[in-house]
Amino acid sequence: MTEATEHIDQKLFEILETVSDPEIPVLSIMEMGVVRSAKIINGIVEVQITPTYSGCPAMDVIGDDIKLAFKQKGYEAKIELILSPAWTTDWITPKGRAALEKYGIASPLSESADKEALLGNKKVVKCPQCGSFNTKLVSQFGSTACKAFFQCEDCLEPFDYFKCLK
Amino acid sequence: MNNNLIQYIYGIADNSLILGQRLGELCGHGPSLETDIAMTNISLDLFGQVRSYFQYAAKLIGGDATEDTIAFLRKEREYKNVLLVEQPNQDFAYSIARQFLFDVYHLLVLEELQNSKDETLSAIAKKSIKEVSYHTRFSSDWIRRLGDGTEESHNRIQTAINDLWIFTDELFHQTDADKAMVTEGIGVDVTLLKSNYFKKVNEILEEATLQIPTIEYFQKGGKQGIHSEHMGYLLAQMQYMQLAYPNMNW
Repeated sequence: MTEATEHIDQKLFEILETVSDPEIPVLSIMEMGVVRSAKIINGIVEVQITPTYSGCPAMDVIGDDIKLAFKQKGYEAKIELILSPAWTTDWITPKGRAALEKYGIASPLSESADKEALLGNKKVVKCPQCGSFNTKLVSQFGSTACKAFFQCEDCLEPFDYFKCLK
Repeated sequence: MNNNLIQYIYGIADNSLILGQRLGELCGHGPSLETDIAMTNISLDLFGQVRSYFQYAAKLIGGDATEDTIAFLRKEREYKNVLLVEQPNQDFAYSIARQFLFDVYHLLVLEELQNSKDETLSAIAKKSIKEVSYHTRFSSDWIRRLGDGTEESHNRIQTAINDLWIFTDELFHQTDADKAMVTEGIGVDVTLLKSNYFKKVNEILEEATLQIPTIEYFQKGGKQGIHSEHMGYLLAQMQYMQLAYPNMNW
């Protein structure tokens, strides 16, 4: 359990786990680490979520999806967006990282390895398709704010790399 | 209602709003798919930060104020962004030079703002630093690449840097609201950032084999709401939907 998920009632946890990131459908918001707390206060579920990137358009959708998931279980939910402490890729759970890789997105490396990768200095990003490290940076910015764009020079497949955010 | 704090927030957030709008104009028009996506991703980060600032300002203002009324329904003189960020896109070098000259400043401001006594501003700054560090890396890389590239790219980026240099001094001017907020421990004293800014900028320009401009005449006015002729056109486009269809929502 990460720092991000310690204030969550177990029965709420199970409902929250059914909500996925609209940009990465294989990943639940719990695995993503964007839910900071969830508590029932005066009969209403109060959920705090934190954005991955400030401008992430998925946050509004995630908020609506959480409300819907609770409504289907007979709860009313209120969403609060909080900025501090700021989200970090360290909050993605091991299960979440595995789900990313399986989906074809290389999961974030450590801060120093990430820097080498994004400056194109070292070949440290593993191709999620064939497992080769013979990969190159195509663009520092990828299909969404949280990803960079890479290509594998062995299997030639392009892929997204989830940037390290600390 | 703390009017100085609201004006201070505008001073910071309007820079990101107007630069974000300029970058958004490049959507579908970037020189390559990768740079097009990069510039619009940066735009998205900036708009995200602006939303946090304006939601906070709307709470301080109260009444019917929302992030949207603040972003879209002010008059030109009420926008407090620096002149640099409203300068139009010309060639790619120009957009990169504008980005670079702003990114270095933006990061220095945020690094100080995270120590603000105001918890909301401090939280927004801490969040934004991560994003703006990345922007700075992107624009610095391109400065080096264009400067140390072909004769053509070198000349173009040098021209862009020379043209935009006159807007750099204004970054370090203080408004009355700035001064009041510095006294209260909320705002950043931008006058103290100047030497570090030029040190960082000059370092990258030298690496990029570019000349550091030596001009001594600078433009100012944006922070007081007195903008260049480009601002009216920018606002006309940015405000059009809200003015034509008041309170519209996506």
